[in-house]
Amino acid sequence: MNETITIAAENIIEINPMYLFRWEEPQQAHVLLYPEGIVKVNETGAEILKLCNGIKTVTEIISELNDKYSTDVTDSVNKFLEVAHAKGWIRSKS
Amino acid sequence: MPKDGSEVSLDGLGIPMWLTLEMTYRCPLHCPWCSNPLDFDKFKNELSTDDWKRVLREGRAMGALQLGFTGGEPMLRDDIEELVAYSTELGYYANLITSGIGLTPERLKAMKDGGLKQIQLSLQSSDRDITNKLVGADVYDQKLSVAHEIKRQGFPMVLNVPICKQNIGQTRDILELAEELGVEYIEFANIQYYNWALLNRAEFLPTREEIEDAEVAVKETRERLGKKMEIYFVIPDYFDERPKACMNGWGAIHLTIGPDGAALPCQEARIIKGFEFPSVLDHSLDWIWNESPVFNAFRGEEWMKEPCRSCDEKEKDHGGCRCQALLLTGDAANTDPVCSKSPFHDLIKSSVAETTNEHRVERPLVYRRKGAITTDFLETTE
Ligand SMILES: C[S@@+](CC[C@H](N)C(=O)[O-])C[C@H]1O[C@@H](n2cnc3c(N)ncnc32)[C@H](O)[C@@H]1O
Ligand code: SF4
Ligand code: SF4
Repeated sequence: MNETITIAAENIIEINPMYLFRWEEPQQAHVLLYPEGIVKVNETGAEILKLCNGIKTVTEIISELNDKYSTDVTDSVNKFLEVAHAKGWIRSKS
Repeated sequence: MPKDGSEVSLDGLGIPMWLTLEMTYRCPLHCPWCSNPLDFDKFKNELSTDDWKRVLREGRAMGALQLGFTGGEPMLRDDIEELVAYSTELGYYANLITSGIGLTPERLKAMKDGGLKQIQLSLQSSDRDITNKLVGADVYDQKLSVAHEIKRQGFPMVLNVPICKQNIGQTRDILELAEELGVEYIEFANIQYYNWALLNRAEFLPTREEIEDAEVAVKETRERLGKKMEIYFVIPDYFDERPKACMNGWGAIHLTIGPDGAALPCQEARIIKGFEFPSVLDHSLDWIWNESPVFNAFRGEEWMKEPCRSCDEKEKDHGGCRCQALLLTGDAANTDPVCSKSPFHDLIKSSVAETTNEHRVERPLVYRRKGAITTDFLETTE
């Protein structure tokens, strides 16, 4: 499983296969479903998780979001990825 | 069974996000802590496959997300595979909660194909004889081979170990067994003292010292294994000064449907007499959740008595467990006696004190069996 404590810029990120990430109409929100739990993800978090698709690296995710929001979101994206990784929502693809 | 404090988004939307289906109360095992009703044998009319499908549709339409198939032993129903597949189609995250008995590789495969996401297997000890003795049947080997098969087929798995005096000393061995099996989660479930468990409480309650030793074993294993295996271990409420936030509040996110179709705010709620639990055979899930008197009885804070009413912690624990308040104090609206502010807290303190009483007389366990005790005094729903 995910042994690395932090994630590096060149890591390819994917959602932990035990988790299901999707839009929920009744809640009008994105949710992460996993064994014994539900997390509601806020809008910015959802934008980041959508890019954790097992193809893009951290660098690519950040540059895409920088373009999208036309400001520098590097720090906040990094922070979110750290937290999401610590919680086991995402992992780097080996 | 969802854990206290399991991660959920509580945003006041009032949606029954967590749906638990008790498919049957039949079970080949005889666990003396079983949370099923004492008169389990009277629930012979079980919902049909079509009834369950309707419940699933109505729940999903209201926004339910997490789904648990439990019982009794759910594998005694021959429609679990069909219902799992149906629930996946509807968009649920389906969990199976099982003793493992009847869970053949073929049925596992069928449920995998049907989109089953996770399996919770109950195991009582790392020791064959103790396990068999605790469940009243010779099933340890079968449970272990089911555990291996579950992992072989690639399911995430939770081992559920109901923790009691008889197995708490084996915490370290159980953790090693779990590691060997490669489970993602292990839950040391505190026995909740209702129904069969309450009958056997004096035999099950460990001492504080035993709990602290177990905690050390858990801590060391956590440090050693890191993220590889998540260990749920919380101090039993009897040994705490505050109650658990039972079900995250009555009628807040959990909805349980019994084998007979009775809708329950939690799996133990049937013990609260004087309530007429609405049946899914007579009412829509929407009415049951939003309108029925039972689901509104202990919602929010209006119903609270002192000391909860003027307590600044009520948002944290909602006054604890209604069933525990009823069973131990005689009134479901009272403060959970586990709370040190409860005027009935001595009841808890004295049963904890009993755990270290050298003169305590040991009694044999009462196993979950039809006729093990008289249940004539209980009214049934049928
Ligand atoms: C009631 S059983 C039903 C499903 C299946 N027969 C099984 O044993 O897994 C569901 C889960 O609740 C646990 N359980 C049963 N009685 C309990 C109690 N009094 N307190 C806490 N957990 C309990 C069991 O260990 C099991 O994991
Ligand atoms: S806890 Fe034991 S007796 Fe109760 S339903 Fe599960 S396996 Fe059967
Ligand atoms: S008095 Fe009631 S609300 Fe306050 S801590 Fe105790 S149980 Fe919770």
